[in-house]
Formats: sequence, C-alpha cells, structure tokens
Amino acid sequence: MMIDALPLSVTLPLIGAFAVTVSPGHARGPGLLAALLTAASALSVTAAVWSDGVLRADLGGWGVPLGIALEADGLSAAFLAMANVVALAISVYAGGYFKQESARHFWPLWLLLWSALNGLFLATDLFNLYVTLELLGLSAAALGALTGTREAVAANLRYLLVGLLGSMSYLLGVALVYAAYGVLDIGLVAEAIEPGPIAWTAMALMIGGLILKAALFPMHFWLPPAHANAPAPVSAALSALVVKAAFYLALRLWLDVFAPVLNEAAANLLGTLGAAAVVWGSWRALRAERLKLLAAYSTVAQMGYLFIAFPLLVATPPGLARDNLLAAVVLLALTHGLAKAGLFLAAGMVQKTAGHDRIDDLGGAAQALPAATFAIGLAGVALIGLPPSGTFLAKWMMLEQAMILGLWWWLVVMMIGTLLAAAYIFRVLSRAFNREPTPYRFVNDARTELPALLLGLIATFGLGIAAQPLWVLLEQGAFG
Amino acid sequence: MTGQVLYSQLFYGGSGIILVLLGLWSFLVHAPLLRKLIAINLMGAGVFHMLVAIAYRGIDTSPDPVPHALVLTGIVVAVSATALALAFGKRLDQDDD
Repeated sequence: MMIDALPLSVTLPLIGAFAVTVSPGHARGPGLLAALLTAASALSVTAAVWSDGVLRADLGGWGVPLGIALEADGLSAAFLAMANVVALAISVYAGGYFKQESARHFWPLWLLLWSALNGLFLATDLFNLYVTLELLGLSAAALGALTGTREAVAANLRYLLVGLLGSMSYLLGVALVYAAYGVLDIGLVAEAIEPGPIAWTAMALMIGGLILKAALFPMHFWLPPAHANAPAPVSAALSALVVKAAFYLALRLWLDVFAPVLNEAAANLLGTLGAAAVVWGSWRALRAERLKLLAAYSTVAQMGYLFIAFPLLVATPPGLARDNLLAAVVLLALTHGLAKAGLFLAAGMVQKTAGHDRIDDLGGAAQALPAATFAIGLAGVALIGLPPSGTFLAKWMMLEQAMILGLWWWLVVMMIGTLLAAAYIFRVLSRAFNREPTPYRFVNDARTELPALLLGLIATFGLGIAAQPLWVLLEQGAFG
Repeated sequence: MTGQVLYSQLFYGGSGIILVLLGLWSFLVHAPLLRKLIAINLMGAGVFHMLVAIAYRGIDTSPDPVPHALVLTGIVVAVSATALALAFGKRLDQDDD
C-alpha cells in the first residue's frame, strides 16, 4: 500500500489533469478532488519514509538499469511534504480566485505542474529528472502567462527560453555522464564516478543549468517579471515550489552524485553567487514599488541563502555538525516555500481588493483585510528569520557553523540580508496601520484567506517549534 | 575494429559538440525569437548527435538502445517546448497589430 503511494503521487495529478481537460466546464470539482488525493498520497509517502525508511518502487517490475524507478528518501520526502502542503493550499485558494474562463485553463496546467514536481522529487534516474524538469518548466511558463497580458507573455517567453537553455546544459551533462560511465541511475553513477575532467565538466554543465533555473544571481534576471506578472496562485507556485525544485535537484546531485569529485572552488563560487543574490535581491525588494515585485525579489535573495550552504557543507567534515547543517539548509528551503506561498497568496487578495499592488497606496486595502495582512506579517516573520520561525533556527545553525569554521564573511552577508528583509517587510506592514475606522471582520473570504494564513502559521510556528521531525526524516538516507 | 569505433564516435560526437557550441553562440547573440528557437533546437540536435554516437558499438554489435530512447524522448520534449514558445511569440505579434 505504501509502495503504491509512490507512483500514485505522480499519476493522480496526471489523471486529474486529464479529467479537467476532458470536461473544462466543470474543472474546479475534479481539480480539487485530484489535489486532495495527490496531497494525501504524497503525505503518506512522507509518513512512510518517516516511520519505515527509504521507499522504492520499480515501475512495471522493471529494475535498474532498464526500468523507471521511483524512490523516496528523507531529503525527497521532506521536499515532497512541503510542496504538497503548499500545492494543496494553492489549489483551495485557486478554487475561489479564478473565474470560469481562467479556471478552465488553470486546472489542467496546474495539475500537470504538480505531477512533474512530485515526479522530480521521486525520480532516481538522471534522464527522468531531465524529463520532469522540462515538464515543470513548460507547465510553469504556460501558467505564468495565464493572464495573457503583454508583460506576462513576454516575461514568460523569456522564462521559457532561459529554462530551455538550462535544461539543454543539464542534458549535455547527462550525455557526458552516460558516455563515461554507461549508467544513469543516481546510485550507480555515484558508485562509478571518479575525479577527472569528464566528471568536472558534467558537474559544471548540470549544476550550471540548474542554477539558471533556480535563478541564482546573476542569472536571476528572468524571475522578477515572470513571477510578479503571474496570477497570485501561480506566483505562489513558481516562487515557492518551481525554483525550489531546481535547488533540490542541485543539492541532490551535489550530495549523492558528485560527492567524490567536489572541490572547494566550485562550492565557493556557488556561495559567492548566493551572497551576491542575498544582498542584491534584498536591496531590490526594499526598493520595489509593487508588492508582488517585492515578493519576487525576496525570492532571489532567499535562494541566495540556500547556495551559501554549499561552501559550508564542503568545509564541514562528515558527522553531527554536517548533518545539522544539511538539516538547517533543508529547513530554510521548506520554511521559505511555505512563507513565500503564504505571502503571494495574501498579496493576491490585497491586489484583488485594491485593484493594484503599489505598496505606497495600499493602506486602505490592506487594513480592510485583517486576515490577509496578518498572513503577510506571519510570512514576513519567517522571511526575516525572527523566532520562532524555521528560518530563525536554520539561519542560527548556519551562522554558528560559519563561526566555528572561521568563515566569518558568510556571516556578514547573512546579517545584511536579514536586516534588509526586516526593512522590506516592515515597509509593507507599516502601510496597514494608517486608516480609520478599524474593520470588524477578521476573515472576509475564508477560501482565499485561510490558505495564506495557514501557510504563514506553519512557516512561523510549525517549522520553528516542531522542527525536530525533520531530523528524524533526514536520517533516512540523507545524512552521513 | 575498436579503432574504427573510436574514430566514428569521435567524428560524430565531435560534430555534436560543434553543433551545440554554434547553437549556444547563436542563442546568446541573436534577439529575434525565431532565431533563438532555431538556435536552441540546433543545440538539442547537437546533444542528440552525441547520444547517437555514444550508442554505436561497432559494425557487428547492435547499438546501445538506451541513448536511442533518450533521443526519442528528447525530441518530443524539444517539439513541445518549441510549440509553446511559438504560441507565446504569436500572441506577442498579435498584440502588436
């Protein structure tokens, strides 16, 4: 039963996408049903990994190297759980957000994207990972252009082209790996790989393609327009999940495939780009005039923190300290996913009520929506890294490890990023306190405001106070 | 015999790399959408070229089926991506009119 949940996490959204394509007039009902079932099966995968250890399913009974296998270890189970909670919240929100005509286009693409996402977290084979990566990029670009405005189409065309270039680079790396070692399964490649020009070139091509898709500075230029011009639920999915999937894959390759050929120079390069992303992204977020653009630049900055972890991981010898550091990075990624999705969903409500999202003129609209504003506040707590959020814990552990290693410059960058984040979040919140009279209803539209609020609550309290299960989960195949 | 295999692999694989580099250069240098799309497809063709070359195992042995399967899947992906990009481009053109 638990083994079946693995393929179901990928096939259920696919079947759902087919159902809503066949009857586009009634997309919402079947769409929500598929969303609920998908999230349930993905969460049961995570629960099974948590209690029983690594899960693996060879589809159709075909084993490695010929068949397609799905595998969930602690790392994939952790990302899978976050992605499916966020995706379920986005689905509920989208049920209330989209009108008839756009719902017709949203649901098939959204379920396809979800299927690709779950496939990416569970695939064990470098080429299947390429296919899921492409499916993810295609459905994400199509969803991003859903509003059909000129800016949205142009931004997402650019996103699509950049994504294609990234996948092409990744695919070239896969071809090199196959030419040199004759295998594609992650476990088999890891056994066969040895330091040398081929392994280094393959690593540069694959990780290089992925950081293009993860919008690491200075390859972030496509992200702010694409994420800021998409409809709110889509922005939430793009910023919280799609770029996170590229990071997950980079981390997976780094830890599992290229572990024997890693070197400090590559890690320091990634870390330096991450540091630049933190400073530049936070600064641009502070200067942004529109709320959704602020959220998008904040994503650029938050992705930067994740890449600062690479030099720290390389410098830390295997053991408890490294395990804690890895868990901290994963915690940071998960918290950001939840918080950023909550922020975008709440921003979408504010934008819908005000008819625009210019921060300076938001006052009335933000104050008329106490629940949405509260969600922005909670997400803000998690983005800044105030206690008790998961970000606080994660940043604390990363800072501590940087201090122990004597790599103080990463510490400086993280402090600057945190201060700037506080500034840009409070800049938004300050606009919510200048109008009279105070509204008397906290929740105005439960279907759209509650998902945002719940995501903010989980990011701030759930992952901060109750982060310990993550360590248990990551012990399943990710530590060591 | 092995020398011949190596030579063919070098020849086809090498021209694949040249195709990838030409495509990359054209993708980065040219602004019009159609040129970018042709360039990215050229890069794809280069990668497929390399994969087909990898599959060759000599005249007496059947070729390795795995890279062939990869190329087929890759072609499907490339066609879909090109179609979506063309649809975006058409939409932008219509807005201009």
